[in-house]
Amino acid sequence: MRRTNLSAVALAAGTLAVASALTSCSSDVPTGEANPGTSTSAAKTGDAQSKFFEQAEYDKQLALRNKTPQGPADRPWEQMFDPQMVQTDKYKKSGGLHLCFSNAGVFNPWRQVGLKNIRAEVSQHKEITEFTVFDGQGKDDKQISDIQELTGKGCDALIVSPNTTATLTPAVTSACGKLPVIVFDRGVDTDCPVTFINPIGGYAYGATAAEFLVQKVKPGGKILALRISPGVDVLENRWSAAKLAFDKAGLKVADVQFTEGDTAKTKSIVADAIQRSGGVDGVWMDAGATSVAAVEAFEDAGRDVPPITGEDQQDFLKVWKDKKLTAIAPTYPTFQWRTPIIAALRILAGQPVPKEWKLPQPTITEQNLGQYYKPNMPPLHYAMCGCENLPGFPQAWGGK
Amino acid sequence: MTEVAVRTADRRQARVPGLTDPVVMVYLALAGVTALGFITVEARGGDFLTLTNVVGILHNSVVLGLVALGQTAAILTGSLDLSVAYLISICTLVAAETMNGQDSRVLPAMLVVLGMSATVGLINGIVITKLQVNAFIATLGVAFILRGYIEDNYTGPAGKVPVSFQHLGYDRIGPIPVSAFVLAGATVALWLVLRRTRLGYHMYAVGGDEQIARLSGVRTHRVKIAAHVLCSLSAGVAGLILASRLGAGAPWAGTEARYDLESIAAVVLGGTVLAGGRGGVAGTLGGVLILAVLDSVFNQLGVDPFFKNVVRGAVIIAAVALYARRGQRAGDNT
Amino acid sequence: MTALAVDIRREGLRRALQAGAPVYLLLAALLVAIAVADPGFFEPDRLLAFAKRSAPLVILAAGQYLVIVSGGYDLSVGSLVTVGVVVAAETFNEFPGAPWPAVVALLLAGGALVGLANGLIVAVLRVPSFIATLGMMLILEGAVFYWTQGSPHGSLPEDFRALGRGNAVGSLPWAVVICLAVGTATVLLMRAAFGRTLLATGDNERAAALAGVRVARIRLAVFTLSGLAAAIAAVLVGGFSGISAQAGRGDEFEAITAVVLGGAALGGGAGSVVAAMAGAFSLQALFTLLNLHGVSGALESTVQGLIVIAAVWLGAVNWSRVRRRPATTTPRGEA
Repeated sequence: MRRTNLSAVALAAGTLAVASALTSCSSDVPTGEANPGTSTSAAKTGDAQSKFFEQAEYDKQLALRNKTPQGPADRPWEQMFDPQMVQTDKYKKSGGLHLCFSNAGVFNPWRQVGLKNIRAEVSQHKEITEFTVFDGQGKDDKQISDIQELTGKGCDALIVSPNTTATLTPAVTSACGKLPVIVFDRGVDTDCPVTFINPIGGYAYGATAAEFLVQKVKPGGKILALRISPGVDVLENRWSAAKLAFDKAGLKVADVQFTEGDTAKTKSIVADAIQRSGGVDGVWMDAGATSVAAVEAFEDAGRDVPPITGEDQQDFLKVWKDKKLTAIAPTYPTFQWRTPIIAALRILAGQPVPKEWKLPQPTITEQNLGQYYKPNMPPLHYAMCGCENLPGFPQAWGGK
Repeated sequence: MTEVAVRTADRRQARVPGLTDPVVMVYLALAGVTALGFITVEARGGDFLTLTNVVGILHNSVVLGLVALGQTAAILTGSLDLSVAYLISICTLVAAETMNGQDSRVLPAMLVVLGMSATVGLINGIVITKLQVNAFIATLGVAFILRGYIEDNYTGPAGKVPVSFQHLGYDRIGPIPVSAFVLAGATVALWLVLRRTRLGYHMYAVGGDEQIARLSGVRTHRVKIAAHVLCSLSAGVAGLILASRLGAGAPWAGTEARYDLESIAAVVLGGTVLAGGRGGVAGTLGGVLILAVLDSVFNQLGVDPFFKNVVRGAVIIAAVALYARRGQRAGDNT
Repeated sequence: MTALAVDIRREGLRRALQAGAPVYLLLAALLVAIAVADPGFFEPDRLLAFAKRSAPLVILAAGQYLVIVSGGYDLSVGSLVTVGVVVAAETFNEFPGAPWPAVVALLLAGGALVGLANGLIVAVLRVPSFIATLGMMLILEGAVFYWTQGSPHGSLPEDFRALGRGNAVGSLPWAVVICLAVGTATVLLMRAAFGRTLLATGDNERAAALAGVRVARIRLAVFTLSGLAAAIAAVLVGGFSGISAQAGRGDEFEAITAVVLGGAALGGGAGSVVAAMAGAFSLQALFTLLNLHGVSGALESTVQGLIVIAAVWLGAVNWSRVRRRPATTTPRGEA
């Protein structure tokens, strides 16, 4: 049979390859003590874990909210809290630079805005002659291969936005041995990267939103908590901090529901909640994608919209402004996508960078709403992009 | 007892000779895609088929390859399995948690994972055959059940794989990743089952025409259940490889990669007929490699991630249309 | 029409009636359970609100029913809903003053065209519908996000959104009116000659072809109608919940589940469209019930999986008595 022959050929070829290669057995297993994380060792990288609430990290994040970061106030993506500088002389390099970026994926508008930011930041710097981006398509396994492949491509520095904290650790660890690595957004469970860039964090996000509701909702009021989906570490942290704030203030969490980011499902959930428990006095959300749908559910039911939390997406800011809502929008700023390029250039110039580059995490309130609401930008654009002065703005971000 | 069925199956396989053999076409397509990729990338001043690229392609083929092999078994019997994605996630979690970073627990963990996946396959098979729930719905339902279990129990990566087990995912013998040998071994094993055992013949027979197979004395239910156990076992092995790559278990390891639909696409891209009865593992391997080479070319060219999906969708449709045409023409000749 | 076709028709109708029974029981049981948990649910306004939010899935189920009963799948409908919503937003962005009926017409035409493309790939290129529509799903998703770079521009004006959000008269939502219209049209279609040939094609393609059915035309028609239904659903979804890049995600599986809950055999040849639409209502009712009981969001899918398997199993048990042979488990009709 034909297939037999083919397989035989394949087998023979395989055997040959093995025989010729047996002399050169090699391993890419990362060495050193930095092994992939367990559920307990992940605390040091901010938003890493949430199954077990990290009191120390929580306290740290809440304290950072009231501190003033170092650096230019009009360029928050260059600001930093409590920097512990590290020397980078050994990475110094002159001439045209080749930067590489392993991206987790572009599976949501936040990442889409971010990718535009990082590309625009690159285009500002003439010394970057090549910028290679591999897209992980949201697959840990693919991103691991991407990182391995990028380390063999002659990059001068590698930027990684990990899809998952623990699972990308081995790949990042082995890349660290070959070139300077910059990690941002989610962290990894090793301190081998030259710098790890991230905003204050999920606890601060959740707490800021919850504390606003505590202020605005009458004592004993009923809170509806809308979450995207279970099992996402960043979002779990936001919720655990919020729950703590509600419990402390005596607000009743009437219901916690998962919307999966689906606006239709959100509307249904909110409509049911309004009818069922005799009303909702406040809505807390762990991410902004569905906040407009929640607002509309109240309108459709003929009720006033109670105090609500959202995020810095333009559609929410518009509804907030038009309907004069009582609202707040903590952010997980997309301007952090600019920082890795700035960090890479500093590292390759031999300038010191902070070991952990903690960025500010601004909140949009009634007072500064006008500054961030931009009617010319698309509805799913994130206001906290820090992209207004970048080349190509606003068209490249879909604005007019 | 099963002479008729077996002969039917044999005739089906033998009917399509030469260039119209789907397997040959799959590998021709693979060669074509590779050549095209090579030319485009080199023309753009890049380097294709470098060692790192090839290693990347092989690494990216292993997990999908294993899932697709199992899916081939299910599809050949005229069934399919939509639960593999969630099963893989659970397998990585159970593997990493059972191992808990200790070398001594690697073997027990592997046994637990394989036992668990076999059980899931058994359940899939029983629901499909004994409860007569359509395979699409049955495995979708099981997928939902597994999903609920994951979401109820995990909030993120969990467990830890010892370094010794990570060698499975990271070591290379020469340029070839060890895990690629696992895939090759699984391919040969499944090929032997399909082509050299009674079970294999019966699987083709059941997929070709369940009625005729039953009338010829094939115990169709058992065959289908066995196919689903094979399918889930392959997903279990895929989960183990993933765990060794990831170093930990991840609740979305299987679903974010859409292994359910991707594996079905790879199988069909490999020339196996979705309705069952025709095809095989050699083609599936080719289908998986085509997808991996495409991915690599996209990476080298920096193609927009969204545009990749357009190309993938078009390639899948075009390939299957081509097989259908060739198959039909060859069929007309006989 | 030959005696064979008439015979097939009678058999089909008998099966359809038998097949539908379990889903009505399921729906009734779910509604009773909801009433126990929340007596206020049956106030007319809330019931209409429930119907309004169910409408898109019900319409998708009606379209999917046509495809399934003729022996195929349509996996592209979810992405078609996404595309519809995004295209509407982009159109209003480009032409801010565009009259909404024109945009609706554009969407419907586009949906029908995509459906026609599916049908051509299945009927002419002989690609199994599962693969054809899976490929189409990838193409649509990729193309629309490639075009918009991931996030739609512009937003949907209120008059367009009224179809999915507002009321026609009094407290009767437009969505319910449209849903009823689609349902009636589909029932009439299934009662006409078209419906009989559809069932015959799904039951046994070769026999139908021998009896004079133009199978290719039937396939083109059902996929076009399914695409059209998806476009209508997109109009309603966009209206109901506004612009979102996630609209419609996973809807194809929900629609197929709804149809199978309604008793239609995957692989074609049996089932009733009303039962399929009842299946869609059942899924929505199940979702509402789980919400009301505050079943942990995580376990929700487990419960849904168990109920779907159990319902289909019971359906299979019920009508295996009147069947000549057991259900085939693949879309054999076109293979």
